[in-house]
Amino acid sequence: MDDAKLDALGQTIVSALPGAALGHSVAFNQLTVDVEASKIVEVVTYLRDDPNCRFVNFTDITAADYPDREKRFDVIYHFLSPTLNTRIRLKAQADETTQVPSLIEVFPGADWFEREAYDLYGVFFVGHPDMRRLLTDYGFEGHPLRKDFPLTGFLEVRYDDQEKRVVYEPVRLNQEFRKFDFLSPWEGGDYPVLPGDEKAGPKS
Amino acid sequence: MNEQPEVLRNFTINFGPQHPAAHGVLRLVLELDGEVVARVDPHIGLLHRGTEKLIEQKTYLQAIPYFDRLDYVAPMNQEHAFCMAAEKLLGIEVPRRGQLIRVLYCEIGRILSHLLNVTTQAMDVGALTPPLWGFEEREKLMVFYERASGSRMHAAFFRVGGVHQDLPQKLVDDIEAWCDPFLKVVEDLDRLLTANRIFKQRNVDIGVVSLKEAWEWGFSGVMVRGSGAAWDLRKSQPYECYAEMDFDIPIGKNGDCYDRYLIRMEEMRQSVRIMKQCIQKLNAADGQGPVVVEDNKVAPPRRGEMKRSMEALIHHFKLYTEGVRVPEGEVYAAVEAPKGEFGVYLVSDGSNKPYKCKIRAPGFAHLQAMDHICRGHLLADVSAILGSLDIVFGEVDR
Repeated sequence: MDDAKLDALGQTIVSALPGAALGHSVAFNQLTVDVEASKIVEVVTYLRDDPNCRFVNFTDITAADYPDREKRFDVIYHFLSPTLNTRIRLKAQADETTQVPSLIEVFPGADWFEREAYDLYGVFFVGHPDMRRLLTDYGFEGHPLRKDFPLTGFLEVRYDDQEKRVVYEPVRLNQEFRKFDFLSPWEGGDYPVLPGDEKAGPKS
Repeated sequence: MNEQPEVLRNFTINFGPQHPAAHGVLRLVLELDGEVVARVDPHIGLLHRGTEKLIEQKTYLQAIPYFDRLDYVAPMNQEHAFCMAAEKLLGIEVPRRGQLIRVLYCEIGRILSHLLNVTTQAMDVGALTPPLWGFEEREKLMVFYERASGSRMHAAFFRVGGVHQDLPQKLVDDIEAWCDPFLKVVEDLDRLLTANRIFKQRNVDIGVVSLKEAWEWGFSGVMVRGSGAAWDLRKSQPYECYAEMDFDIPIGKNGDCYDRYLIRMEEMRQSVRIMKQCIQKLNAADGQGPVVVEDNKVAPPRRGEMKRSMEALIHHFKLYTEGVRVPEGEVYAAVEAPKGEFGVYLVSDGSNKPYKCKIRAPGFAHLQAMDHICRGHLLADVSAILGSLDIVFGEVDR
């Protein structure tokens, strides 16, 4: 579908669901609809059942973390309509305490994707019958894909030959993880103070 | 003597994580009622490596090798999805020869994956010869991988904007010479399995998925085609030069394990057809030219140029330290990987590293339906179903 048709489809969806679908945009030939997190089930049911949409194929649920925002998570849904041969992306904002309704009644395939989003981001889905961690270790703490979770994690495991079992220990790195900064001050990198910057300020 | 009524309790067993039919490190907690499966609880994550977190810390070039390690049976198909996502954000088009090489190697990947799946599925239900025959051909294909990229499995051959290197003519000729004898091997496998009584008893009408279920469980690829949908991203949303290739999409009728097996067999033949067309186009006059975009802000300059040009040297240095700056935006790119729709959802904040990179693996969606498909089947069917779902743990656990 070309951009004009996607735009028209987006407008139809937004006008059909006042209060639930908040707005739409088309970028890179892909349609994104912003939705209200608490109304997600209503939107997805409409998209699945409406004869002009038929987004019957569930593709993906994930989240993205923007720690600077008031509601730090975007919960992102992807669906595919084999009839229209097009995809749609729904975005809902949430924070650590928002209870996002689970899609499991509408799409049973949402099961593991919601568990994964909960596991890795800590987005809480309400109405899901089995909200356990999925990918991380048994007894893991924290949500590793959050931006404030360190890449190296907190615990490391090794086999202890004396105790004859696997033991957990705090991570000890012989060398700090090297993260290079490529923002050049000439291109307006937002550094707090560089050595010598104090000379450039207004003279007091 | 007081007689208590006998309490019948379901039997719970662990299937895996170390089981030859578990296709990797799958732990299935099976609740059995006699020999009938009452509930399946797959425990995954034993191979979780935090790929998505790692990619957020790496430049776009450094992220590519992680994709080989997802579905390590068909590495280049995964790289393809990531490169396509980054190319969409950058708004660049791959030169024609680059596209042809990509398609050629994606089809090699498809055959690699289907060969492994079909033959190990046969092994799961008791046949030993198919893997021995199939793996011989896989070895030859991995040599083609090695001759193109230097590595049998973890190729890291695709680049944002094309592929790393051009193929030598001898390699193209050798791949061409491989095609026809391979069809003979497929024929042999076909004669071993398709009409085999035991193989049919173990697979026909096992693990039936209706089309409606397949869509709503998030299935894709062979799993929806087996249930009767004429849906293949190579045809319905053609990427690269698939639009000009002539090939057929096999479709199943019953949605059972046997149909999925038949589809995989036919897809191998169709892949050979696509490969032959690619080779023909690569040898034609308009198939010559660069294999990666000429824009030195994205792809490195040629080695020879760097000896003479200062600018080329600077470009090279910037590309291999800082990497490519990808414009802000978000994009979802999907390819028809051998196992289904492999998608990459990429969010860029305009820097040289992805802000977020979600990997949508087909096996993940298929495996979660294990409970739904296996209920009511016998214990022995679990391994047949697992085999026909085509699970590779690299991509399920990420």
